[in-house]
Amino acid sequence: MPTLTIDGHTVHADHGQFLLAACRSAGIQIPTLCDHPAVEPYGGCRLCVVDVTRPEWNGWCKMVVACLFPVEDGIVVHTASTRVIEVRKVVLDLLLARCPDTPLVRDLAARHGILATSYVRNQQPTDCILCGLCTRICDRMGMSAIGSVDRGAGREIATPFREPPAACIGCLACAEICPTGFIRYESGTARRKIWDKDFDMLRCPRCGRSHITVAQADFFAGRGGVPRSYFEICDVCKRKDLAVAATRLACATETPAR
Amino acid sequence: MRIESRQQFDTAVAAARDTRLSKGREVWVCCGTGCLANGSKAVAQAFDDRIREDGLQASLGLYHKTTGCHGFCERGPLVVIQPEGLLYTRVRVSDVPEILDRTVRNGEVIPRLLYKDPATRQSYAKYDEIPFYKHQIRVSMRNIGRIDPEDLDDALAHGAYAGLAKALFQMTPDQVIAEIEASGLRGRGGAGFVTARKWKACRKARGDRKFVLCNGDEGDPGAFKDRSIMEGDPHGVLEGMIIGAYAIGAHEGYLYVRDEYPLAVVNVQKAIEAARERGLLGTNILGTGFAFDLRISRGGGAFVCGESSALMRSIEGRTGEPRAKYVHASDKGLFDLPTNLNNVETWADVGAIIVNGGAWFAGWGTERSKGTKAFSLVGKVKNTGLIELPMGTTLRHILYDIGGGMLKDRPFKAVQTGGPSGGCLPADKLDLPVDYEILSENGSMMGSGGMIVMDDRTCMVDVARYFLKFLSEESCGKCVPCREGLKQMLLIFDDIVSGRGKTGDVERIERLCQGMQLGSLCELGKSAPNPVLSTLRYFRAEYEAHVGRKACPAGMCRDLTAYEIVQESCTGCHQCPKVCPTEAISGGAKMKHVIDQAKCISCGACFDVCPEDCIRFFPRAEAKEAAHANADH
Repeated sequence: MPTLTIDGHTVHADHGQFLLAACRSAGIQIPTLCDHPAVEPYGGCRLCVVDVTRPEWNGWCKMVVACLFPVEDGIVVHTASTRVIEVRKVVLDLLLARCPDTPLVRDLAARHGILATSYVRNQQPTDCILCGLCTRICDRMGMSAIGSVDRGAGREIATPFREPPAACIGCLACAEICPTGFIRYESGTARRKIWDKDFDMLRCPRCGRSHITVAQADFFAGRGGVPRSYFEICDVCKRKDLAVAATRLACATETPAR
Repeated sequence: MRIESRQQFDTAVAAARDTRLSKGREVWVCCGTGCLANGSKAVAQAFDDRIREDGLQASLGLYHKTTGCHGFCERGPLVVIQPEGLLYTRVRVSDVPEILDRTVRNGEVIPRLLYKDPATRQSYAKYDEIPFYKHQIRVSMRNIGRIDPEDLDDALAHGAYAGLAKALFQMTPDQVIAEIEASGLRGRGGAGFVTARKWKACRKARGDRKFVLCNGDEGDPGAFKDRSIMEGDPHGVLEGMIIGAYAIGAHEGYLYVRDEYPLAVVNVQKAIEAARERGLLGTNILGTGFAFDLRISRGGGAFVCGESSALMRSIEGRTGEPRAKYVHASDKGLFDLPTNLNNVETWADVGAIIVNGGAWFAGWGTERSKGTKAFSLVGKVKNTGLIELPMGTTLRHILYDIGGGMLKDRPFKAVQTGGPSGGCLPADKLDLPVDYEILSENGSMMGSGGMIVMDDRTCMVDVARYFLKFLSEESCGKCVPCREGLKQMLLIFDDIVSGRGKTGDVERIERLCQGMQLGSLCELGKSAPNPVLSTLRYFRAEYEAHVGRKACPAGMCRDLTAYEIVQESCTGCHQCPKVCPTEAISGGAKMKHVIDQAKCISCGACFDVCPEDCIRFFPRAEAKEAAHANADH
């Protein structure tokens, strides 16, 4: 079990664990914007930078992102050294210039003492921080319906050819994981619309509530040997079914049949 | 026919020498990209036609071929006549009959076609005597310009694959690595990582499936060494890769070539097919049982794909974006399998090192940088082109002895080395020996071996801005410091060069540079501040002049510069009005000329054309002040 020192505390970590998890398990808070348990670490926001050193390095430190750095035995980690804080401030200052009206960015920047950006404010403010969570969750779902297009300052999240994405099943994973609410959608009883693509909703045959798109049910049907009917009944009704079954079982124990 | 034993290899080489090394005369026409652009294809065709018509091949034992780049692209199309080693420059189709008649038949030299040193006006007949070539020592470029890149037999006749034969028949993989270690070879892509250490790590890595990759995604502005190597001697690269694969224990490889190098793609593909056909690539190489095959992966032109992890993602068919490299590629690279990636030039060195021994290669260079290094010498020097020199050669020697000195003999200002990740070195650094450490210590880097020479008419703020612009377009945009940092830095530079610079801009730039160096994901972002920091280090006064006085000392930033004609020295030669794009210059022939400031766009065309040096530039701010003063009167 690798043992490391984080901000003076001795921490026992698991093999293959990333530094960010080890820090958090030790109760040390590190800000992140692109990290999420549902997807692979990405290393894009650069907020989780920390200094890593070893006693034999004579004071020399290397700066790494905690979300991707695998723990090593004997390392000494500084999560709030002067230069770590400075890099975080530069990153937040830059993000604030990009997203000056986004509450998440404003709050995080304010907590680091930045109330207004020292750079040029974005002429077309956006809520997209390009954390890549939406595209990664979409990949993870097996769809890859959206991606990042263009590069450098022109980079943005978009659908292929900026058309309604053929592969999208309207699952809303992208919108739900988006930390700033940038990805918009409309969802009603009969229709759902996201990325300019319309979806028919599937009504639960028990309660009549729309809970999933037809495309979602079609996609999931047959995967892992689960029949389509499983997805047709909504979660609430499924729980009711379970309750009914449990009651029946409970009654059965109380009064044995015959 | 497949070569399946040592004996068959020796026979094949002897046969190739018989047919390809003529006892009589040879005519080599350079068909590298530079010469092709100057029309060498037609010249080669003309030789072909004439030789066939006149039956010269039979009567004189004449052998002629097209070769890769000789490096002296500026003087193309180039034609070399052997065995004398005559070099004819700027050869046109109309010169072909004369060359055949006078030089090939009668051994006469045609003075008109010889290279003339612009400084001394001296003509040189022999290739090896020309200063541009005389000082060079070519290892990675040993066969470029000497072989027909499309002809495997010609390559064999000139020693290609001799290193491979030696490695496979006489050496164990560990011995190969030991030889590379003894040579002191370091990565020629720029970072200078010790090649043998990389190979060892990959050899030790667990797994049966390993990859050997070649990085041919050279994209730095002004660099073209890898291009010339791939175009002119693809077999040298293949040989190195096969030897590397043997040493590491890999059986698959990819050659990542950017698609903007169409000739390189074609020549490498042909070389791969020819090598496969002869049993130099594929299963059972040279009958030894060793198997290795490789494919070309064409890059879509993203500069960042030259970064190792982005390159691997690109080969995998994903978006070419870097990822964190806390786990080395030697353990988890392409498809998360052990991978060894080297630059084109590094691979091209390998074959020669195996043939001649590591000590031979380590005989050149400095304490920590061994061997020779290819450079693309461009910019304001008389002789531009591709050169290869021992490590430790001074910048002065490169610029003045090989480059022939400054163009138009203007004063030297700086030399930019290492591409967008490198930096600018001023005149007092000219005597520095070029090696990895010394360049880095002085704020620049070896990089891809690009050298851009700049004269006094170069604004260093504008140079830094140029590289920032290049990088902001080439950043992948994955991480915040690089994407947003470059964008904001460029905005600050735009302000400075257009006269909107504010006090504190330089300090803001410095803070941003530090944030990017420490915080960026990959080397593109980490090294992006180098052109800025090195110009700040050596030319800080220029920044201060731009911000404080709104003046560009080099007179290159148009928004800050005004031009006027010094009336006392104007001879009325009337050349400047002819080049002025806005007709801002008045005055007839033999009369004093005047620039109308309202019309002038400060392009500097008049300044460059004036034979009497009587055009002066000065800060536009002064012109405005003068106008105000006049108005107040």
